[in-house]
Amino acid sequence: MSIVFQKTKGLTDAVTHYCPGCTHGIVHRLVGEALEELGIIGDAIGVAPVGCSVMAYNYFSCDMVQAPHGRAPAVATGLKRSLPDNIVFTYQGDGDLAAIGTAETVHAATRGENITVIFINNAIYGMTGGQMAPTTLPGQVTQTTPYGRDVNYSGYPVRVCEMVSTLDGVALAQRVAVNNVKNVMAAKAAIKKAFEMQINKKGFSIIEVLSTCSTNWGMTPVAAMKWLEENMIPYYPLGVYKDKTKEAE
Amino acid sequence: MSKVLMKGNEAIAEAAIRAGCLHFFGYPITPQTEVAAYFSKKLPKLGGTFLQAESEVAAINMVLGAASAGVRAMTSSSSPGISLKTEGISYIIGSDLPCLIINVQRGGPGLGGIQPSQSDYWQATKAPGHGDGHLLVYAPDRVQEIIEYIFTAFDKAEEYRMPAMLLLDGTLGQMMEPVSFDDIPTPVRHEKPWATNGHKNAREHNIINSLFLKPEELEIKNFERFERYAKVCENEQRYEEYMTDDAEIIIVAIGIAARVSKSAIDDARAAGIKVGLLRPITVFPFPTKAFDKIKNDPKVKSVLTVELNMGQMTDDVKLALECKKPVELLKHTGGIVPTPKEVFAKLCELNGGIKK
Repeated sequence: MSIVFQKTKGLTDAVTHYCPGCTHGIVHRLVGEALEELGIIGDAIGVAPVGCSVMAYNYFSCDMVQAPHGRAPAVATGLKRSLPDNIVFTYQGDGDLAAIGTAETVHAATRGENITVIFINNAIYGMTGGQMAPTTLPGQVTQTTPYGRDVNYSGYPVRVCEMVSTLDGVALAQRVAVNNVKNVMAAKAAIKKAFEMQINKKGFSIIEVLSTCSTNWGMTPVAAMKWLEENMIPYYPLGVYKDKTKEAE
Repeated sequence: MSKVLMKGNEAIAEAAIRAGCLHFFGYPITPQTEVAAYFSKKLPKLGGTFLQAESEVAAINMVLGAASAGVRAMTSSSSPGISLKTEGISYIIGSDLPCLIINVQRGGPGLGGIQPSQSDYWQATKAPGHGDGHLLVYAPDRVQEIIEYIFTAFDKAEEYRMPAMLLLDGTLGQMMEPVSFDDIPTPVRHEKPWATNGHKNAREHNIINSLFLKPEELEIKNFERFERYAKVCENEQRYEEYMTDDAEIIIVAIGIAARVSKSAIDDARAAGIKVGLLRPITVFPFPTKAFDKIKNDPKVKSVLTVELNMGQMTDDVKLALECKKPVELLKHTGGIVPTPKEVFAKLCELNGGIKK
């Protein structure tokens, strides 16, 4: 019998700690597959964040560094500047990347740091039990917005791809989602493209992945997918916000 | 021997380059900006990295990344900036990474001032970040010695897999002295099989991490780290003794306070006062071995600490002496450096006047 599908070599055999229905597993697989298909597992160094995916260092089969909360782009900068021929990526959640680590994100982007950022936007702090994230939607109920996010009080969500796409150092900024097969395929293509752009030394690439947190959203996994589609995608439109390869044409 | 006139801050950068450190990440802060300026001129031409980070926080995390990659990496700052770096320093300690951190101290707390100080002694030696952990801390007192200990710091940081710090005061960063690079050692190269530099499918994947969720696992990590610290305390104490053989009064001072004290000792000796200097060069590990002699020496009547802070090192001196000798403190803070005359006056007081 021929093998028609197998787990990517980009992931280890470790059993993940993610909740049932969590989309981290999907995105991990996509990153692992991209690394494997590009033949860069042995060259890659991943930087894990603080948050739900902190233990990503156990799951990706490449070398891994675990960074302080929000500092992954700075740690990745140190790695990449020391090892310019290796492939360096960060894997960060919304609190890590767009709240405590905003400065590190924006400045790595504007420096055109030749790294790849995989940004998981699930509109909530998962690890700490469901607090308001910088990307929590207006009206969204969380542990720290029990009456719904009041934008007059807590301010507005951050649209990261739109924000960083104004920076000259950014080579690729694209928002994808993993709520259905079609979008998962598109997300895979975007992640692979981001790594290819790093291989071709184009500069900073960021793929924002709209994701679900059924546990802290208080929904079944299926309902969470539907919520993402009906609420997150309208607020965070999918698409390519910046693509230097297109500009060059 | 060829000599050049160099500022302490410039000598830091030149010595680091010669010690094989081609990766510097920093953020501007007085009084150490010449460190970054010097690196920014030299490193690009040597194929290295000089990067002015967006913050002290980012700079220390870039050092974390570069150290993970296995290269010699460093950052430099001054007191308020070091406070910002403490998060990263704690992670570097928890990840067992070697690197070098320079603190050219200025007065605090808060924004404080920009004049020389030694008021980060406690921070450097007791609490460089959250959690149980230490830095190797060197406190040279002259520009030539800065050069020497840059080499030692990188070497020992890699040997013990822990970050090292040069704890300087603003005077040492800013003062110019003739220095020589003729006798510098060949940098010691340590193997780094733990580095995350891409496994090339030829080894298991390396993980650099400070998270250990199982209490038993975290405790073992901390116990193991403190076994290394015990070796550091046993093997790495460095100090200088100046005219201590027949001394009845011993001054204990570091950095510029030691330089000032040496001048005062020369004057006091001329006046017939038997005084000497014990100058810690390492402040973690604190050179307790040097105090073992003093504490049981009947000749020694008293010990005087001279500090540019409210007496932070005096605690360590009292502990090392096991309270067997009276300890007096001559202190200045806020950026004031004591004068030799002032120290001389204190020595006369301790001596019960000058007996000719």
